[in-house]
Order: sequence, then C-alpha cells, then structure tokens
Amino acid sequence: MSGESPGPTPPEPGPRIGADEWVASVSDRRQGPGGIAGAVSSRVAGLPAPAGFALFGLAAATVPLLTNNGYVIRVGFDTLIYMLLALGLNIVVGFAGLLDLGYVAFFGFGAYGYAMLASAQFDIHWPTLAILPVVTLATVLLGFLVALPSRRLVGDYLAIVTLFFGQLFVTVTNNGESMSLLGLTKDYNVTNGPNGIANIDPFHLFGHDLESLAGYFYVALGFFLAVLGIVFLVSNSRIGRAWRSLREDPLAAELMGMPVNRLKLQAFAFGAGVAGFTGTLFASLNTAVFSSDFDTPTLITVYAILILGGAGSLGGVILGALIVNISLEVLRTPNHATIVFFALILATLLAKLRPWRALAAVVAGTALLGVAVRALVGAIWPVTLHTQGAVDGSLGRALAHWLPLTTNYQIGNYVFCALVGLVLVITTVPRRWRILLLVPTLYLASFDWDSRLAFEPSITRLIFVGVILIVLMNARPQGLIGVNRVEIA
Amino acid sequence: MNWSLFLTELVAGTVHGCLYALIALGYSMVYGILKLLNFAHGDVFMVGSFIGYGILGVFGGAEAVSIPIVFLLILMFLGAMLGGGLLGVVIERFAYRRLRDAPRIAPLITALGVSFFLENAALLVLGANYDQYNTFDWDNGSLWSVGFTLPAGVRVALPQLIVVGGTIVLMLGLTVFVSRTQLGRAMRATSFDRQAAEMMGIDVNRVIATTFFIGSALAGAAGIFNGLVYQQVWAYMGFDAGLKAFTAAVIGGIGNLPGAVVGGLVIGLAESFTIGYVSSTFSDAIVFVILIAVMILRPSGLLGRAAVAKV
Repeated sequence: MSGESPGPTPPEPGPRIGADEWVASVSDRRQGPGGIAGAVSSRVAGLPAPAGFALFGLAAATVPLLTNNGYVIRVGFDTLIYMLLALGLNIVVGFAGLLDLGYVAFFGFGAYGYAMLASAQFDIHWPTLAILPVVTLATVLLGFLVALPSRRLVGDYLAIVTLFFGQLFVTVTNNGESMSLLGLTKDYNVTNGPNGIANIDPFHLFGHDLESLAGYFYVALGFFLAVLGIVFLVSNSRIGRAWRSLREDPLAAELMGMPVNRLKLQAFAFGAGVAGFTGTLFASLNTAVFSSDFDTPTLITVYAILILGGAGSLGGVILGALIVNISLEVLRTPNHATIVFFALILATLLAKLRPWRALAAVVAGTALLGVAVRALVGAIWPVTLHTQGAVDGSLGRALAHWLPLTTNYQIGNYVFCALVGLVLVITTVPRRWRILLLVPTLYLASFDWDSRLAFEPSITRLIFVGVILIVLMNARPQGLIGVNRVEIA
Repeated sequence: MNWSLFLTELVAGTVHGCLYALIALGYSMVYGILKLLNFAHGDVFMVGSFIGYGILGVFGGAEAVSIPIVFLLILMFLGAMLGGGLLGVVIERFAYRRLRDAPRIAPLITALGVSFFLENAALLVLGANYDQYNTFDWDNGSLWSVGFTLPAGVRVALPQLIVVGGTIVLMLGLTVFVSRTQLGRAMRATSFDRQAAEMMGIDVNRVIATTFFIGSALAGAAGIFNGLVYQQVWAYMGFDAGLKAFTAAVIGGIGNLPGAVVGGLVIGLAESFTIGYVSSTFSDAIVFVILIAVMILRPSGLLGRAAVAKV
C-alpha cells in the first residue's frame, strides 16, 4: 500500500499546490493540555495504534490473574462482547457512515445460529471450529440480503429497512416455537419462542471444552484483538479509505469512479459478520439465548458506546465500552451508583465551571439550599419525612439530613419532570443565570436520585444511555477521543 | 366468500390505517423540511395518548365520567394535540436545532437517543403497567352502542367512525393549511430549499418549529384515537406504532403528504387482512415484505417522484 505513494518530497516554502493549508495546519490548531497530563497524553497519542492495542491487550490479560471474583471477570467478558459489537458497528457507522439499526439482529442471528448448531434443540452438535466460519459467513450473507433492497437509495432508507428488520428478528424468534414456511409445511419448533434455546454446548477448541469463566475471558480477548487487528488493517487499506470517502460525500465518491453501492454493501456485510461472530461467543458462555437479549436496549447501548468513544475511532471503541458497560454495572447497586453520581457531577462542574469562585458559590449554594429546604419542609410536614432514601449506610443517613425524603414516590416523578425542564432551560439562558439556576438543579437532581432514580436502577440505566446519545451528539459529536470533522458545504 | 370476515378486516384495517396515516403525516412533514427521520415521533404519539388518559382521570375516570362525553372528547383532543405539539417543538429546539448543519448521521442518532429517553422516562414516571381508556364503560357504554351495521352483520361503532372522520378532517385541515396559508407556503418553500427560503426573508426557525408543532399535534390526536378504539396505553407503545407509521411514510413516498395517507391505509389493511386470513404472527413480516417490494420496484414510494440529487 505504501508503495503507491511517491517518495518523500522536500518541504517547500509557501503554499503548496494541492494541499489545503487549513487542513494541513490542523495539528497546530488542536492545542493539547499542558503540564504533566499534556506530556503523558501527547506521549500516548504519539504511540502507533498497534502498540496501544497491545498495551490494552496486556492490561486486560492481567484481569483474571488479579482476581478470582467471578463477577468481575464476567463484567470483563461482557465488556469485551460490547467492544466486539462496537467494533463491527464502527465499520458500518464510523467508517462508511451508514445507519444500521438492525445491527443487534445480526448479533442475535449469530447467537441463535450457534445455539441451533450446538444444542439439543435439533440434536445437532457440530464442532466449534466448524460453526464459527459457517455462522459468520451466513451472517455476512444475511447482511448482504438486508442491505440489497436499499442499495440504490440514500442512507435514510437503509435506516428504516434495518430498524424494521431488527424488530422483525425479535418478533420471529419470540414466536418461533411453532413456525411453518408460509403455512405450507407443518409447524416446527425453530427457536423455542420466549423460553429461548437452553443448554448450549460450550466452546470446544483444540481438544478442550471451555469451561472456566477466565477461559472465556481469554478467548473473548483473543477474538477482540484479532478482529481489532483485521479492522485496523482494513481501515488503512484501499477499501478503508474508500469507505471514509463514502462517509464524507457519497456523491463526490461516485464521481471519482468509486463503486459506491458495492462499497456500502461490503461495509454493511462486514459489520454484520463481526456481529454474528460475536454472537456465537455470547451464546456459548451464556449457555442460553433469548430473543429479548437482541432488542432495542442492546442496540442503543452499542450505539452509545460507539458515539461516546467517537465513531470511526478504534481506541474509542475500547474506551467507550469500558465507560458505558462499567457504569451500567455500577448503576445496579444504589450505593456505588450514588458515589459515582456525585463524583460525576463534581467532575463535570470542575471541568466546565470557571472561575473557581463560581464553582465554590454553586457548591456552597447547593449545600445551603439543601439545609434550608430540609429545615423548612421538616417544620411544615414533620411526619412524612423519611430517614433514608434509596441509599443506605452512613451516606444515606447523611443525605436524609439534607434532603426532605418522603414516602410518596410520585413526588420523585414530578421532580424528575421539573429537573428535565430545568436542565433544558439551563442550556439556553445566559451564563449569569446559568450559574444561578445550577443551584436548584443540582439540589433537585440529588433529591430525585435518592428518592426515585436510584430505586429504579434498570430504568435509570436506559435513561442514562439515551441521555449519552443526545448530549454527546449535541455537545461533542466526535466522541471523547475522536477528531472533530468539518462539514464542507 | 366469507363477507363477514372480509368486512370485519376491512373496517379494522381502515381504522388502524387511519392511525398510521396520522402518525406518518408527522414523519413525512419533518422529513420533507429537515431531511430528518424523527425517531422520537412515535413517542410523541405515546405521550399524547397518556395526556388523554390523564384528562380522563381528572374527569372521573372511565366508570364515572363527570361531564358530557362530547366535552370530554374535545378536552382530550385539545390537551393531547397541544401537549404533543409542544413536546415536538421542545424536542426540535433542544435536540435537533444545533445539528441542522451537522453530518447527516448526527441528528439521526440524536433522534434515536430522544426516542429512547422519552420511552424510559415515561416508564419511570408513568409506570410499567398497561392503562386502560375503557371506552366501553363511558356513560354506561353509550359510546359503542351508537353506530350502524354493514351487510353480513358487521358492526361499525361510533369510536371507529370518530377515528376515520377525525382523520379525514385533520387531513383536509392540513392540506388547506399547507396549500392556502402564508405559513404553509413558507413551509413548502423551506422544504424545497432551506437556504434560498432564508435568503427570501422566511424565518426558517419559526417555520421548522411550526412543522414540528403540527406534525406532533397530529401524533397527539392519533394517541387519543388509539385509546378510543384499542383502549390500552403504555410506555413502549410508541415504538411499534412509530415503526409502522414510518414504513407507511416510506411506502407512500416520504415527504409526500397524500403518500403518507395512502401508505398508512396500505399498511393498516395489509396487517388486518393478514391477521384475519393467515395468522397474526405474520402481520409484521407481510408489512416488511411490502416495504422491500416498494423499495425494489418503486424506490421513491407509491406517490413519490424520483428525487434528483442537487449538488
């Protein structure tokens, strides 16, 4: 690939022909942080990408060595699964710029494929090394078929077809306990319906059944690094550059003589293949597959990971999956979640609120407001107050002295609506008012957290994922470590 | 031929198709003006349905409606259309406005996030159970006792007539608005070429906000219609309705208002005939097959014209 480009040209003074100055000077405009943090981050950014991936692989490989805790390894495995999924979606969304809303259906197809070929459902028990290529290729084929009807059209049509396809996949697998081919044949139990397919065989690699969680973790890590390597090579190859040109401007790419439709199909099917491949691993560790695992929440979570890390960035996939999946896990237990919740608020304030005076004023104002409101409410309705909200222990007792917690959970619902309204108002008002409004907003957020949100961790997780998508796309569309793209009209 | 089954499915399909058509109109209007697939639109429908349910609760609930039903219905429609419309405007203002000139995929992903946020916020605030309009009990069932009987004993009741009649009235109103009023003309101009419209002195922000208001108000009205006939409201109802309405808009030709209505009726009828003659398991699959067939045979939709890309 490097052979195509001519040798290094000597630098010439003044503007060069064919080089956009504005584009060429992009690194000068991007100012990194100074000090030690700046030195470290620039050193890390200076590493070639494969070195970074290897570092990540080494760090991840030590996890099962450091702990015997099955839960931690399980979370690590799930994070790797999400990383693999986000990696595949990155090809479709990040590289080629196609919106694939049926992505988790391919994941589900892979999982169900493995389940059917390695369980008692049809009494088939193929060797793992035979299933992996067969299922992956079948998913690639399915990806082709799904994308084919919308190939000539703008990306929006692909979004609708894939969204519908994803929904259809869930419906079909959920109703697949007695399916006939268009009413022509007798009914077969294909997917076992909502009960899912259970007792799936473990992976059988090189003469050993994979039984330990740590074993699965290493296999997942190996798979991830292998796919990461392939995607890295592809992204820097001819087809990878072609995909990116497609994302920037399909019309211009077509005028340059690129086979736009074929490229789109390839990206789509490649992504689908990665998802299907991941599905096999997911099915074999869980030993059961259910249609509900492949529904919208999973799709949105994978999108949140991709967007948080930055669509089109490979390192971002790792970072995004780590942040999203670990915070979703933390959200399961109210006490941990509360610590993270307040830490997150403080970190955001520290990062965004300057000067320090304003920060101190907001924090002190919130604390004082809490004390005042608690005293006032306590004086008026002394009976209804709770000594503890969703959070227990000393932290919970401390919060109960600051927040007027009640038994009436409806109040938490009203406060939630008020909170959403306040946050929306804050984004529009001038700065002076914003600081003033931050005080009640923070207080209401704390109140709602302890009296409602932390009680409903499963819903709060989903709300959190939705908010990630909205806030990031509006505030930082390039993600945490992505590079901002400029639309050239 | 079994006329009873045929007519039953025809009536059911028309009523359901009207709902899809009303929701699809909102999708199509927003797509026409912003080229944005507003995934959150189905959830506006859900919110509208809940607003109606709330108003019903305020006036005594299904078993003891405290005011004449006509007034109740008017209040429910006003509330749901106003509330839905305002929600649409808020969504546009806070989630989409900043992304108008961003890469195409950015507002789409935001829309996905808004939809997911609305669904789960509704789940948190309104609970996970199915709430019932229970229109059978309103005023001792007087609502469903009015109506007429088609040949072969197929009954058409007042709620179904309200849905079809209401949809026709709203569609006529929308057509007059878009074709006759100044704001409607501004809307068409903006949809044709936003920058040129802006240069001609059209307040594009206001036009887009109006579009969102009207489209979302129609979805809010559809929410009430849904409650009147199908009774149930719950937090995730917007997803499926939105998906089908979306498909309806695409089948009819997205951005084309009569097309949205035709698409909605096609989907409603296809669904209910599949349920009646084949099996309810296949109704989604049939709609998907229709979508794929339209995409292959008439990519710009049944009533749409082939779009030419401008550079």
